[in-house]
Amino acid sequence: MAVVVRIPTPLRKLTGNQNEVREEGGTIREILKNLESHYPGIGERLADESGELRRFINIYVNEEDIRFRDGLDTAIKPGDEVSIIPAIAGGAK
Amino acid sequence: MVFREDQISRYSRHIILREVGGRGQERLLSSRVLVIGAGGLGSPVAMYLAAAGVGTIGLVDMDVVDVSNLQRQIMHSQKTVGIPKVLSGARTLERMNPDVKVIPIQERLTAENAMDLFSGYDVIVDGSDNFGTRYIVNDAAFFLRKTLVSGSILRFEGQVTVLEGHTDAPCYRCLYPEAPPPGLVPSCSEAGVLGVLAGTIGTLQAAEVVKKILGIGELLKGQLLLYDALSMTFRKLRVPKDPKCPLCGPHPTITTVSGSSEWVCQVPAT
Repeated sequence: MAVVVRIPTPLRKLTGNQNEVREEGGTIREILKNLESHYPGIGERLADESGELRRFINIYVNEEDIRFRDGLDTAIKPGDEVSIIPAIAGGAK
Repeated sequence: MVFREDQISRYSRHIILREVGGRGQERLLSSRVLVIGAGGLGSPVAMYLAAAGVGTIGLVDMDVVDVSNLQRQIMHSQKTVGIPKVLSGARTLERMNPDVKVIPIQERLTAENAMDLFSGYDVIVDGSDNFGTRYIVNDAAFFLRKTLVSGSILRFEGQVTVLEGHTDAPCYRCLYPEAPPPGLVPSCSEAGVLGVLAGTIGTLQAAEVVKKILGIGELLKGQLLLYDALSMTFRKLRVPKDPKCPLCGPHPTITTVSGSSEWVCQVPAT
């Protein structure tokens, strides 16, 4: 089952400028794996060498941060929307 | 306080709002707001707060105005290129509204000076340009129990949230536990930013500050507002307080303000 994954601007170069893509997977972990296979290089932006999500990137399923659900094992249902939200710091310069 | 005739005229559109009234306008005039960063976000924040009659506005920024700032930093102008941003900003704000006292602070915000700088203010606004400063601002605001209105922009997207880690609401560390490591990321000048985005996000921050001072409406506490200028969409996501937060959680490991603001402007790499 494919769900919509929203891609933030800093990562859109890796998705051919698409702001959302569709990926298959029953959990966030599966979705990230499929995302990397379609858009090589995106995986290392999201997770570190041990496979843990980087601590300045949040992944939301609908309006909920997966850190407060089951992390990468958070289950995905049809119709869910996955959003990748990185910390950004611009403002003054 | 008793309003002067000119103040009754100046603030009449506020005073006739039942939610503001004379009492709310008095509150604005006696309030003190500190704006970190007198740039893209700080400009619209400070200008709307000055227009609203916020009585004291502190501006913290160590830089001077550069011509490349003028595409979005509307508090500055061609005439103030080369002048410290906090002085250029003070000049603009004082011209807008003589009721406002502007305190220009031409310093780098550091772990050492943050607590002193923040202590005299009611609300802190983060419009800084680097992660190091954002964690210092967050931690100092938390220890002093101040409301922090945080905004950030990059390219075509912006984020706004209101942080009150000293209450049951989250702090910045609950939202983003760690900053991206230096080196992983290009600078903002390389990444670029749509100028008007600074106005959109800064104006939203100003609205939250005014609401906080007036005690009206619902603040973006425990929520992250995302704005995408290209798709013209706003979304709100929930941000819970992190029970493992090293600052505002039940078992804190951070007990003083520390860290460096000597980071270059950073974004996750593209």
